[in-house]
Amino acid sequence: MVSAEREVRGPGPRPRGRAEVVAAAGPVVRASGLARPTVGQVVRVGPSRLLGEIIRLDGERATIQVYEETAGLRVGDPVEASDGPLCAWLGPGLLGATFDGLQRPLGALAERGRWTLGAGLEAPALDPARRWRFTPLREPGENLVPGDVLGAVAEGPFEHRILVPPGAPAGRLRRLTRGEFAAGDPIGEIESERGPGLLHLAHAWPVRTPRPVGDRLPVLDPLVTGQRVLDMLFPVARGGAAIIPGGFGTGKTVVEQTLARWSDADVVVYVGCGERGNEMAELLTEFAGLEDPRSGGPLLARTVLIANTSNMPVAAREASVALGMTIAEYFRDQGYGVALLADSTSRWAEALREISGRLEELPGEEGFPAYLGSRLAAFYERAGRVVPLGRPGRVGSLTVVGAISPPGGDFSEPVTQASLRLAGTLWALDTDLAHARHFPAIGWTGSYSLYVDALAAWYRARVGDDWEACRRDALGLLARERQLLEIVQLVGADALPDEDRIDLAAADLLREAFLQQHAFDPADAWRPPVDQLALLRTVLRARDGLQAGLRAGSTVETLSHSPPLAELRRARSWTGPNVAERLAALGEELVAPVADPPDHPADPPGKAVP
Amino acid sequence: MNLSVRRARGADRLAGSLLVLRRVADVALGEEVLVHGGDGRLRHGQVLELDESFVVVQVYEGTFGLDLEETVVELTGESFRLDVSTGLLGRTLDGRGRPIDGGPAPVGRRSLDVNGSAINPAARLGPSEPIETGITAIDLLATLVRGQKLPIFSGAGLPGDELAARIATGARIAGNDRFATVFAAVGITRREADLFRTAFAGAATLDRVALFLNLADDPAIERLLTPRCALTLGEYLAFELGMHVLVVLTDISAYAEALRELATAREEIPGRRGYPGYLYTDLARLFERAGRVRGRPGSLTLLPIVTMPDDDITHPIPDLTGYITEGQIVLSRELHDRGVFPPIDALPCLSRLMNAGIGAGRTRPEHRPLADQLYALYARGRDLRRLVVVIGEAALSPAERRILTFADRFEAELVGQGEHRRSLEESFELGWSLLADLPAEELTRIPLALLAERRATRRPRAERAGEPRSSSRRPPP
Ligand SMILES: Nc1ncnc2c1ncn2[C@@H]1O[C@H](COP(=O)(O)OP(=O)(O)OP(=O)(O)O)[C@@H](O)[C@H]1O
Ligand SMILES: [Mg+2]
Repeated sequence: MVSAEREVRGPGPRPRGRAEVVAAAGPVVRASGLARPTVGQVVRVGPSRLLGEIIRLDGERATIQVYEETAGLRVGDPVEASDGPLCAWLGPGLLGATFDGLQRPLGALAERGRWTLGAGLEAPALDPARRWRFTPLREPGENLVPGDVLGAVAEGPFEHRILVPPGAPAGRLRRLTRGEFAAGDPIGEIESERGPGLLHLAHAWPVRTPRPVGDRLPVLDPLVTGQRVLDMLFPVARGGAAIIPGGFGTGKTVVEQTLARWSDADVVVYVGCGERGNEMAELLTEFAGLEDPRSGGPLLARTVLIANTSNMPVAAREASVALGMTIAEYFRDQGYGVALLADSTSRWAEALREISGRLEELPGEEGFPAYLGSRLAAFYERAGRVVPLGRPGRVGSLTVVGAISPPGGDFSEPVTQASLRLAGTLWALDTDLAHARHFPAIGWTGSYSLYVDALAAWYRARVGDDWEACRRDALGLLARERQLLEIVQLVGADALPDEDRIDLAAADLLREAFLQQHAFDPADAWRPPVDQLALLRTVLRARDGLQAGLRAGSTVETLSHSPPLAELRRARSWTGPNVAERLAALGEELVAPVADPPDHPADPPGKAVP
Repeated sequence: MNLSVRRARGADRLAGSLLVLRRVADVALGEEVLVHGGDGRLRHGQVLELDESFVVVQVYEGTFGLDLEETVVELTGESFRLDVSTGLLGRTLDGRGRPIDGGPAPVGRRSLDVNGSAINPAARLGPSEPIETGITAIDLLATLVRGQKLPIFSGAGLPGDELAARIATGARIAGNDRFATVFAAVGITRREADLFRTAFAGAATLDRVALFLNLADDPAIERLLTPRCALTLGEYLAFELGMHVLVVLTDISAYAEALRELATAREEIPGRRGYPGYLYTDLARLFERAGRVRGRPGSLTLLPIVTMPDDDITHPIPDLTGYITEGQIVLSRELHDRGVFPPIDALPCLSRLMNAGIGAGRTRPEHRPLADQLYALYARGRDLRRLVVVIGEAALSPAERRILTFADRFEAELVGQGEHRRSLEESFELGWSLLADLPAEELTRIPLALLAERRATRRPRAERAGEPRSSSRRPPP
């Protein structure tokens, strides 16, 4: 098998004057000989042209973080510099596509039979063969500034607005052509002080640079999710940021996927960062078949998927989040409401930690680099409600929802703690609730929304003027329950006065009939806010009814077995157009004076019931 | 068939499992090396790190017995590969894939890099077909689905391995005979190795099973290779040959310890409890090799076994495993002590892909509501049990007592099936029979129509007998 053996000592002579690898360990490679390297510059490493990025310069030594598997790399392998930083390609063809963290089109590659991902995979992000019908909105001779809407492409039901790239100079439009173009084709020409320049359907933008905006606006409406516990108790504003920390299996992914499916965003960018491949596959298949109730097209047509699963190279995880953010900003700049859903930001932070460790940087808490907090801040700060650059004037929003996977489910760890300061809404997943199969397992003790005051006017106008009162009562009841349960743990429920037992029964009803929501039950998975509030109101009225019944002389047992209550417990699965009215009617029934119903006797203690 | 094997004599540093030598031209990261010791022994290793002057090699067998002068390092030019073929089925191999059953050397059809490469997530086919394991607690409440990765969280002395062997030998996929099992045992004792051999031999499935055994006294670093060898064979059988493959990995804790040992030798900054910060990624690289691929008929289902140190589910190994896998089967020491086999604690068990694999046309149309109902009642029963300790049983209402009885029967009958394999049919019947004694208002998870249909065909037992059933542990009130 061995036809030639040679004994060697030390490295051979190496050709001078070209950039090459001098050291390699895991995803970190050092190179020398690069001409005028820049931090952030993209390089290609080795014979397979692995994609990497310069992250540090020491004299003429460049430290490169390589986004692909480095096995097989040798000292002396060539390193090739590109002309700029890591960029995202932005244009028609993004919607419905699946990319990896480096924007390689995984869906297109899969269609071509690439079922495994090897090193040095190169493919254009936007299919150069696909053509789009462009309709101009501007006339030659008009003066244009960055961000101006040039025209539009119909991407299925979606109006994809083509913008003058934010980095471009202002100038006079010389030519803009109606017709069919590929993403990379020139569609027109602009004359600026820098001379003539071509306009294209697509443009590139560096992923680590936030896209500039005209103006930042205060938030005023919620991202409607159709989830009762979110919309009614802990809403997130359009343009706000929410985090979902939770131990494994508590429901982070289900919440993120539920938002991707049901939230009223115009565009959803879903970043699967260091998570499971099957989850991405499931999302892809399901979304291709589901109809978007707002546009009538498939749900996938408003979604961009970025899948950098846990078995894919770690360094690219770090890039995937920035890529997703840039794509989201691009749609925001078109004047849309965009939701960026990142699952899980912890895997992204771990990628930072791993690279930092390889660089032998001084570790901070739990080995994370000291700059973890500022990186997270830079991420969440890209959320917002804005007036984009350019004309016509429009408003876009970018809502960010980041899942966090704290080790051992313990929220005191650095990623959760650093994110808490940055997000306006916290959906704290509770392991005990998840184990009790109370889903969504969003704990009411730890969770909060700082947007409630800002959104109150919207709720009053669109949902009901008692939203704040109901919300307060519901949270109050749950707080009361918590106190009572502590006593029950010590002495049992029987020792409580009847008023308190009524509160316990009402809180139990609130949990079961209102807070729980089955993501996989078609009737229950999504409810409009008006129905949500109607249900909450009815549950709270049930408590009034129970209290009144007690005052009228009934027992807790009798009261908690009343038929209208049983009906209320199943009201979650009611469907049809008049759910709110039916709930209101049920509410009346619940506060009506109760007589002991003969067919529902209380369990006499100590005797078996037939 | 490598044409450029190179040799280098002498080492610069030997420490634990690491060997550092002066750089040799053309060394590649990850390359497999042979280390010839002055003691005449042959060792194996892998290139971990390169710089201008040095090469860092990780030696699987450790550097004990090596010296700086006489050591010769032979570079093979390739990463570690396994020769795979169906000929490995029916064989017992060591942790690196060499036969140890006295049989002839297997003929390889393909030589594959054991590290594999990531499956394109967009080429994956979502899991959707159930595997009938024959274990009621799993089949009813946490259904295993083809292409899933579902770990068993066990504890020292708990029968995690027995359960895995039982699943591996009892698993059926409706109407499919292209089924194979690859069993990788990492750091196990000889006694455990014998247990597996016997389990498979007894089940007459031996010719469908490949066993990779890395024994406790085999080199610890070799443990890093064993699961990779098993998964490489599994992938080949599943995605090249279209077979349905179940890969069992035991024990992930031993694997993680080997990884920690290596990280320590490399003087890396330790993460939680001394495990390296990349433990998540490393485990994910193994576990994510499970799945199905569009356009390819086979599937790879993964059943890792994790011994929870101190029965602590928040320990980094079970914790990170849970963050990667699609659910978990958890064993309970309490049930084990009470003689329940398999001692599955249904409450923390979860199969996250269950919904995709159950229901009409897959298992039974009523699977979801039945499972939800059994689970909800059992959870309440367990709560009540805790309460009884505080306030005594007399303070319970009859309704509550019925639920306690249900929880007892759930453990004794549904979970504690003993050695017997249960068909899906039997499991469902048993599930319904446990509900038969409960009044309809307790069964809120079962749609009314379905309940009416069940009750029409079958009268509740309590009604027939006129008395609630009593449990063996609790005298009737
Ligand atoms: N709203 C819900 N309705 C019904 N079931 C749910 C809901 N949320 C979560 N679940 C159940 O919990 C399981 C785990 O949820 P999920 O996968 O979202 O957890 P996770 O927090 O993302 O875990 P990991 O960190 O391991 O990825 C789901 O497979 C499902 O069975
Ligand atoms: Mg998840």
